[in-house]
Amino acid sequence: MNLSAFPDKAQVDIWPIGQCGGVMAEIAIEMIDVNKWFGDFHVLKDINLKVSLGERVVICGPSGSGKSTVVRCINRLERHQKGVIKVNGSEVTDQPEDLGGDVGMVFQQFNLFPHLSVLENLVLGPMKSRGLSRIEAEDRAAEYLERVKIPEQADKRPGQLSGGQQQRVAIARSLCMEPKVMLFDEPTSALDPEMISEVLDVMVELAEEGMTMVVVTHEMGFARKIADQMVFMDEGEIVETGAPAAFFEAPKSKRCRKFLSQILSH
Amino acid sequence: MSMLPSSRNLVLMVAVLGLAGCASSSTWGWYVINPATDTGWTNIRFLINGMGATILISVIAALMSMSFGLIVALPGLSSRWYIRAINRVYVEFIRAIPLLPMLFWVFYGLPIIFKSMGLDIPIDPFWGAIITLAVSDSAFTAEIYRAGIQSIARGQTEAAQTVGLNYLQTMRYVILPQAIRRILPPLANQFIYIVKMSAFASVIGMQELTRRANELVVTEYRPLEIYSLLILEYLVLVLVISAAVRWLERRMGSDERN
Ligand SMILES: Nc1ncnc2c1ncn2[C@@H]1O[C@H](COP(=O)(O)OP(=O)(O)O)[C@@H](O)[C@H]1O
Ligand SMILES: [Mg+2]
Repeated sequence: MNLSAFPDKAQVDIWPIGQCGGVMAEIAIEMIDVNKWFGDFHVLKDINLKVSLGERVVICGPSGSGKSTVVRCINRLERHQKGVIKVNGSEVTDQPEDLGGDVGMVFQQFNLFPHLSVLENLVLGPMKSRGLSRIEAEDRAAEYLERVKIPEQADKRPGQLSGGQQQRVAIARSLCMEPKVMLFDEPTSALDPEMISEVLDVMVELAEEGMTMVVVTHEMGFARKIADQMVFMDEGEIVETGAPAAFFEAPKSKRCRKFLSQILSH
Repeated sequence: MSMLPSSRNLVLMVAVLGLAGCASSSTWGWYVINPATDTGWTNIRFLINGMGATILISVIAALMSMSFGLIVALPGLSSRWYIRAINRVYVEFIRAIPLLPMLFWVFYGLPIIFKSMGLDIPIDPFWGAIITLAVSDSAFTAEIYRAGIQSIARGQTEAAQTVGLNYLQTMRYVILPQAIRRILPPLANQFIYIVKMSAFASVIGMQELTRRANELVVTEYRPLEIYSLLILEYLVLVLVISAAVRWLERRMGSDERN
């Protein structure tokens, strides 16, 4: 990405990692020549993507272009066949639980656990995977429910909440793991229009607090507001990347121009 | 459901048959199990005392089948074909073996294998029956678990993984609690099936309901009355199980709704 446009981020990038020695930019996610096939279908073609710590990347592109697959490869819900994916400096393995909840994920369909109360949804991961006590986990859950502005819904079942509330619970559930990176796969696409902003507001606040985020979305107003880097995908390729200003004002490729004109026209 | 005779009607039918029998004593000889006479009462106690063994065999076999079936079902859910193959081979193979030959094989054959391995493990009728019933039934319970687990949307597994749960935790806290509502009714069916199939234990000498009925028939020569009572015994057992399962389902149903 164009770091010079964001001096505050550039500064973050030069901090050395812990005591490992060597001066490296703190890279949260790195994809190098990643290729993936579903059977014969070449779904990801030489994907190269670098996300620095604290950076916000928004991925857009037509349906079926491979956006979800990129995100799902990062958190091991899918495995890639060629190339390297590194998360927090180490190469990912095929065991999703090896990420240990360090990569939070918000799904289009929320995927809350319907048989558990909101509170139980939030404490399950921290207790079983992070080893927190129930009291610690519930304290943390209460804190994040406050952050997503629904502290009063803790004892309800997901099925009793509106779509916007459910998605905010899903965000809180991810945050309870205190992940280093948050991935969002079209978090507002399943929502009624009047509920979209309540979810985006929470995400904007998260971005302002410095969370590293990769967001697949068609909400271009939101993208303009929070993105450090825009990524346009089409037919399994990253066609164009750039800072939002340049990306929206003067897209270089024809495909990106066409996509943006379609999506911004309504 | 309303077309089928209710449990109450079935009991009534048996009672009517019994009364008809009392009226024409040339066809029926209820004296053999008449509780008013000493021999009749002794016979009834002899028959009903087999109930304990039938229940014990069925319950232990069902519990073993349920745990074993789950262990067999899990590889069937793998994305890797060679792990799935373990499940398929087991299910197809075990499901194809009729119960009676398997019972003979376990009771008369297995001790020979043990002996050839230098092991001295006797197999008595009790454990022979349990092992056979459990193994035979586990092929079916495995399929029930697999279908139930697969009916839970994949997004649930994925969400569990993204909050750091490992495979067993995902099953334990996320998938099975949701799948159990779909698994329980067919599992109850299998339990009833086991209760009925436990009658086969009689042929290897297990003193359960059917064995005792057979023995009494040999001495009293009153098969109609004794087997009628035998059927009634199984009927009562199964109806009690059905009622218990319905109660359990209602409880879980109300749990789901709130
Ligand atoms: N499990 C799968 N098996 C086969 N094809 C798939 C699978 N998942 C996605 N695809 C295909 O891969 C392409 C990219 O999918 P996806 O990453 O979901 O696109 P996007 O999120 O950009 O809409 C689509 O053509 C889709 O049909
Ligand atoms: Mg998608």
